[in-house]
Amino acid sequence: MDATIDITGLRKSYGPTAALREMTFTVRPGQVTGFVGPNGAGKSTTMRILLGLDHPDGGTALIGGRRYRDLTKPLEAVGALLDGTALQPSRSGRNHLLWLAQSQGLPASRVDELLDEVGLAGVARRRAGGYSLGMRQRLGVAAALLGDPPVLILDEPFNGLDPAGFVWMRDLLRTRAREGRAVLISSHLMGELQDLAGHVIVVDRGRVVADAPTRAMRERYGSLESAYLELTR
Amino acid sequence: MIRAEFTKFRSVRGWVLGLATAVALFVGMGWLTAAGSFTSCDDQACPSPPVGPEGQAVEDHFGFAHRTLTGDGSLTARVRDFSGIITYPPPNHDEIVDGLVPWAKAGLIVKSDINPGSPYAAIMLTADHGVRFQHNYVHDAAGPVDARWLRISRSGADVTAYASADGRNWTTVGTMSGWSGPVRIGFAIASPPDITAKGNPMGGSIVQARFTQASAVFDQITSTAGGAWRYDEVGADGLRTDWEKLHRAPGMTTGSDTLTLTGSGDIAPATDMRVAPYLAGALPALLAILVVAVLFITSEFRRGLIRTTLLASPHRARMLAAKAAVIGGVTFAAALIAVVVARPLVSHVFRANGNFAAPTGLLTDLRLSLGTAALLAATAVCAYALGALLRRGLLAIVLAVALTVVPYLLATASVLPVAAGEWLLRLTPAAGFAVQQAFPAYEQVFHPYTPADGYFPLAPAAGLAVTCLWAAGLLTLATVRLNRADI
Repeated sequence: MDATIDITGLRKSYGPTAALREMTFTVRPGQVTGFVGPNGAGKSTTMRILLGLDHPDGGTALIGGRRYRDLTKPLEAVGALLDGTALQPSRSGRNHLLWLAQSQGLPASRVDELLDEVGLAGVARRRAGGYSLGMRQRLGVAAALLGDPPVLILDEPFNGLDPAGFVWMRDLLRTRAREGRAVLISSHLMGELQDLAGHVIVVDRGRVVADAPTRAMRERYGSLESAYLELTR
Repeated sequence: MIRAEFTKFRSVRGWVLGLATAVALFVGMGWLTAAGSFTSCDDQACPSPPVGPEGQAVEDHFGFAHRTLTGDGSLTARVRDFSGIITYPPPNHDEIVDGLVPWAKAGLIVKSDINPGSPYAAIMLTADHGVRFQHNYVHDAAGPVDARWLRISRSGADVTAYASADGRNWTTVGTMSGWSGPVRIGFAIASPPDITAKGNPMGGSIVQARFTQASAVFDQITSTAGGAWRYDEVGADGLRTDWEKLHRAPGMTTGSDTLTLTGSGDIAPATDMRVAPYLAGALPALLAILVVAVLFITSEFRRGLIRTTLLASPHRARMLAAKAAVIGGVTFAAALIAVVVARPLVSHVFRANGNFAAPTGLLTDLRLSLGTAALLAATAVCAYALGALLRRGLLAIVLAVALTVVPYLLATASVLPVAAGEWLLRLTPAAGFAVQQAFPAYEQVFHPYTPADGYFPLAPAAGLAVTCLWAAGLLTLATVRLNRADI
């Protein structure tokens, strides 16, 4: 599958409020793409439409040329982390991954591999309700990686992580991008993205205001943070 | 996808415990019902009602004038007079009046012996239902309405009954096969109690039964069986009403060419049997099941987990159907376990307390057990679909209870007028409780067949179909809503 995300002319209103106005951009494989903008700029809406959760009023959101809902085993095509806290508290972390694996026809051994990889093997059989924010975030990443997908879409992946978690997450995302996967992350952490992301898409009020390599942004505005503040003023 | 949803279900301890609670309530409430039911007759074990040749509990009490028929032969007679009395009927309940209840019957009968519950075939004139051919308590066929002449004849293994208006042109009304050896052939008289049900201003109905007695004079008698007519009151309980003591005793008198029989009772299936006691726990179990079924979906909306579910299974209709299959399947399995445990345990306690549990038969038992499990499963799917539609746990639980448990209680606990209760049991998802009707409503026995007595307005399969239609309808609505929604 072609690991490219294509957003074309995406429009969406919630009542009288226009959330997306002709949102258009492309995410290419082989690098981390940062998706930044103020709260309410349309990042989450774009991601939800991309993942088939919300219906667009117009435009298309395609992953490898296909709509999300047309994917047969979606977790093997796209790994997504939207809200790491969305868990059934009394279900163990392992069982959370187990049902996800079963829904895609993946073996239970894949679940244990992932638990090791995200460092949750020791607490995997405890209730997820007792997990810290960082542990929930790691579980969410494990769920996203379960199907070994060529495309990763992560909403605020650094939320709740401790410093060691930051390092771990950075390595993980870099490695995946280097393997030739498309990695789209939304974040407010400009310093983090400046080092991590090869490309940045800045959105404001439902449309793209900048779409450029991180290096080019830094050269023009001095830093990613300045670029962001300048562009979304 | 079904496997994934099953993993989801079993990995939440609260839901599994909720289902286990339902099983415990099912068995426990059945046990309590049985343990709280006592029957005793003067500190002795009560005599059990007779059981007919086809396995049902039966009423077999009638006046019988008979001869022995060793081989083939026949008996012909005309019912010259048919009259009787009804004690203290409405509206004033202040006098004994002349008259017959609709199913009072007088006619000719072939019966294997004089023991209650033994096989028989009879051609009888009834007060209001013409001539009937009845055999083995549960079978009833209509004959001519205006006939007064009756004939019953045996030829080999067959007993055939005829009726005629004039004694010359005869109509065959019915045949019963399987006879062998000597039989009793003769005259029968029976007069069931006068039963009335009147609406109770507090809801439900008040049922009353009054003693009646019928007399028939037979003439134009032709019998191939010889000897004197012997009289027996089959199934006599030894008790006598004042009417019988002071005015007219049951019995037989023979004239030069007439025979007169007077008596009470009925030859019919027993109708005062209730729902099988081991199913009494289904309702409390249902409460626990409704809660689990609703939370199975609403908790996903509450936690936002529904997004993860839809990421894994973007086809929303299929996802909802898979979850419905899982909640229906686990409920069915749990209910079946509950029935299998409750049936022997509850029936044992029930009988140990001196109660008589009317035999239902293997097929009926199977229908009661599987039907109850299917009813609980279909109702669980209704509750789950409500949860998916409304997305609010408490609201969906309240509505599910209001649609299933409440109509059943209103209809069966004598709170509503009977007709209103019956409509609730036709239209609401509670219609499926019809699978719990243990005994058919026999047309040949006058009885107020009300939900409170365990008689439902719909047949078992039709009632269950109504519940399934509700489940399918609610699931469709939930699917439509979810398909349109932004999650």
